[in-house]
Amino acid sequence: MNQPKKKSELDLGAIPFKSSKEYKTGDWGVAHPKIDHSKCTKCTLCHFFCPEGAIKVREDGYTEVDYNYCKGCGICASECPVKCIEMIMKK
Amino acid sequence: MSELSLKELAKKPDLLCPGARLCAGCDEAIIVRLVLKATRGPTIVTNATGCLEVATSSFPYTAWDVPWIHSAFENTAATASGIEAAIKAMKKRKEGPLSTFEKIDVLAFAGDGGTYDIGFQALSGAIERGHDFTYVLLDNEAYMNTGIQRSGATPFTASTTTSPAGKVISGKMETKKPIDEIIIAHGLPYFATLNAAWPLDVVKKTRKSIEIEGPTFLHAIVPCSRGWRYPAEKTIEISRLAVQTCVFPLYEVNYQNGRPIYKLSSPSLSIAKRPESKRPIEDYLKSQGRFNHLFRPEKNVKLLEQIQESVNLKWEILLDKCGF
Repeated sequence: MNQPKKKSELDLGAIPFKSSKEYKTGDWGVAHPKIDHSKCTKCTLCHFFCPEGAIKVREDGYTEVDYNYCKGCGICASECPVKCIEMIMKK
Repeated sequence: MSELSLKELAKKPDLLCPGARLCAGCDEAIIVRLVLKATRGPTIVTNATGCLEVATSSFPYTAWDVPWIHSAFENTAATASGIEAAIKAMKKRKEGPLSTFEKIDVLAFAGDGGTYDIGFQALSGAIERGHDFTYVLLDNEAYMNTGIQRSGATPFTASTTTSPAGKVISGKMETKKPIDEIIIAHGLPYFATLNAAWPLDVVKKTRKSIEIEGPTFLHAIVPCSRGWRYPAEKTIEISRLAVQTCVFPLYEVNYQNGRPIYKLSSPSLSIAKRPESKRPIEDYLKSQGRFNHLFRPEKNVKLLEQIQESVNLKWEILLDKCGF
């Protein structure tokens, strides 16, 4: 019979070791948002409603889309209180 | 707390990284991001099998910037109690990797399958033992990950792949399990319902539940564009409708002197004060493809009335509990 393993000899199990930041999901969508900063009121709601966390808040308070990760769901455009986000079809 | 304003929270980095393979417009990711923004510092997350687990940990990638343990479908709450017990034991002995931290937040995420059906006994046991953890139920009202099968959380008349609407039945013919009442009956220190359409409300309730010692339960409604059959950009709109039609009221429950104290949160409180602002249930059902059979080929007035009556009754019972 096999000897029981010591704690240090146990397998660790499956450990995902790379950050998903390396996995760019930006090519999933068919349309991408474009933010019109002239109408933006800096409410930052689009940052909170983005499922991907692809909308970042800049130092100056305006938001900015990271197109490497945006999946193009369109929540930001439909929820913007002043409607300053427009979904533009990719070419 | 000045820390908990949208402006300050926006500066806090996300602990759920981008690049996860959740569907576009997934509400689960919004809730999880908001919940993680409410954590105080070192956090350990445990996650039941489900959409969230599958999509955030496709080998070799992980979307979590916090220590994260995947457990089987049925034992998220058991894993969370194990984590909490390990922290306690290491602190007592003053040895081990977790002994040096002053406080560690333990969060458990599970879907409705992992809470209503499969994981229920582990959850009930963990709450009874009084472990200090926060359990977040991400309720998308069916087993979405495996292909939209009905669960204990699926509402009356919703069409799923195992309760398809047709000539014989109009979707699921049983009602949704009253998980809120069941959990509150355990006498746990804090219970609240969450809705992503009110982000600050989500963060504030989560912070409160983390700060409270003992088991706390958060019930989040999570619309699913694939399973509920609606276009991805309407996620927040439908989430909001769930509160405006009183299908999913926002409230919190505290236990004081052994008595549950119910308190409505502001979005539901304004409906309680102005009952005319309550929207008819049809608005909510019409926006989702899973209820299409109630409106096509002709309107099923009988079933719609039945649904409206049951929603009204539940809302009135809740108002009674809140002292209205």
